[in-house]
Amino acid sequence: MFYGTELKNRLLLGTAQYPSPDILRAAIAASGTEVITVSLRREGAGGAGFRDILKDSGCRILPNTAGCHSAREAVTTAQMASEVFGTNWIKLEVIGHADTLQPDPFALVEAARILCADGFEVFPYTTEDLILGEKLIEAGCRVLMPWGAPIGSGQGLRNIEGLKSMRAHFPDVPLVIDAGIGAPSQAAQAMEMGFDAILLNTAVAKALDPVAMAEAFSRAVDAGRQAYDAGLMPRRDMAEASTPVFGMAELLA
Amino acid sequence: MISILGSGVAGLCAATALMDAGVEVEVICPDTAPAPASRLAGGMLAPFCEGESAPDIIVTRGQAAIAWWAAHVDVTRHGTLVVAPPRDAQELDRFARATRAHRWVTPNALEPDLEDRFARGLYFENEAHLDPNAALTALKHRLLAQGVVFRDGAPQGRIVDCRGMSATETLPDLRGVRGEMLEVYTPEVTLSRPVRLLHPRFPCYIVPRGEGRFMIGATMVESSRSGPITARAAMELLSAAYSLHPAFAEAEIIMTGADLRPSFPDNIPALRRKDTGFHINGMYRHGFLMAPVLGMDLAGLLTQESADAH
Repeated sequence: MFYGTELKNRLLLGTAQYPSPDILRAAIAASGTEVITVSLRREGAGGAGFRDILKDSGCRILPNTAGCHSAREAVTTAQMASEVFGTNWIKLEVIGHADTLQPDPFALVEAARILCADGFEVFPYTTEDLILGEKLIEAGCRVLMPWGAPIGSGQGLRNIEGLKSMRAHFPDVPLVIDAGIGAPSQAAQAMEMGFDAILLNTAVAKALDPVAMAEAFSRAVDAGRQAYDAGLMPRRDMAEASTPVFGMAELLA
Repeated sequence: MISILGSGVAGLCAATALMDAGVEVEVICPDTAPAPASRLAGGMLAPFCEGESAPDIIVTRGQAAIAWWAAHVDVTRHGTLVVAPPRDAQELDRFARATRAHRWVTPNALEPDLEDRFARGLYFENEAHLDPNAALTALKHRLLAQGVVFRDGAPQGRIVDCRGMSATETLPDLRGVRGEMLEVYTPEVTLSRPVRLLHPRFPCYIVPRGEGRFMIGATMVESSRSGPITARAAMELLSAAYSLHPAFAEAEIIMTGADLRPSFPDNIPALRRKDTGFHINGMYRHGFLMAPVLGMDLAGLLTQESADAH
């Protein structure tokens, strides 16, 4: 699924903003997630205490470049992440604006080119723009992570038609909805649409009970995927009786 | 004799609580010891607000801190006001759901200087605040007046280790959580209680320290880097302060600080047994709230022990 790594669990969790490392650990366990993302830009080399706790979780770590605003910053952070975590996976985030936290597509492609050429397996945080997606594939990315909505906004899938087009346009590329998911129903909706996985952080970390919310999301992601595999019925404009008309008792005969 | 190691909020509260219970103490504080992290604290005694992210034990046990501090040092009991910028108003609803002992207020009814920038706020009437440095100094003077010795050298009695991050080598699960703060001076703003500004990305609080001084805090970064405040932290804290009151733009920055909060994995301060002695550590962001409680717990344990021995 992701650069040759198959995952049983299709929920990926961010590790920021939890009330405590213990609650984070419990949320990871409750969700059954196999991949967690970790930021480095702000914490720097001094974040070892927290990172050791994350390493102990047994999850595969996907370091991210959250907080980077230029290709150069992102590349440097990715290189540091690979040293710190001993992985060539990197969630590439290059922020274009501090208010919307939307990706800077130009710097994103530039950084992706450099990192892919350097042997990194890049998970780019992108928009639903198809051409941008193609440029990222061309740069060497084998996974795309379109946003559902701006980071931390909890708005769900803001451009459903655009995301459907993206799914159709990249049938063989693993697509992860990254950012903007606020409720399990939104995660289930994305999975029903055929997305491969969901990455989220705030909706779980800032829930009043993060552990219970992690489990709720995990179930929703499972349900959505199962529904997609089972084949959803088409939407119809008119009613169609589910009870057959023929064979009914003819009471007045 | 009990030997308290460390003279930050954990050590001084433990020493005071033990003396209050009639247990003789000395305080070991070498000149070379790092300055206590608690010197940079906000000094908010806000158990209910902390309940937004802290477990219930902090809310229930932390309430005792207010009366304890008031019995020993100057405490201002004006409650806490919580507001949010208009576009993040829903953050207030979340905060209200996550906490208790509050009521909805019109912010400028409590703090006229906020004018009409905030349509509504949450008021936590039963909270209080103090000046951390004044409070720590007052505790120390009180202990000195009671004949407690503050010194360097080998401890004479049973050890109660309250050294915060300096105790890391004996507490492998202790980690540092970096906090950064600023103090500013402006005669143009008057606040009579701590104000918390909810913001999805840059939450901050402003604690009035009197005579135009305000403490603006504090970042929470999972890092053990103890260097000076970063430009980003300063920008975030100052822009949050500016959105609370535009006059903060002209305030003088009189001090900045950054240090590590000693923290256990559950972020709950703890009293732990260690060999024949104890540790009080992991104060995280709850030092002023939980140090008195843990000090009293320790006093209870020791007086019980000596009662059992007789």
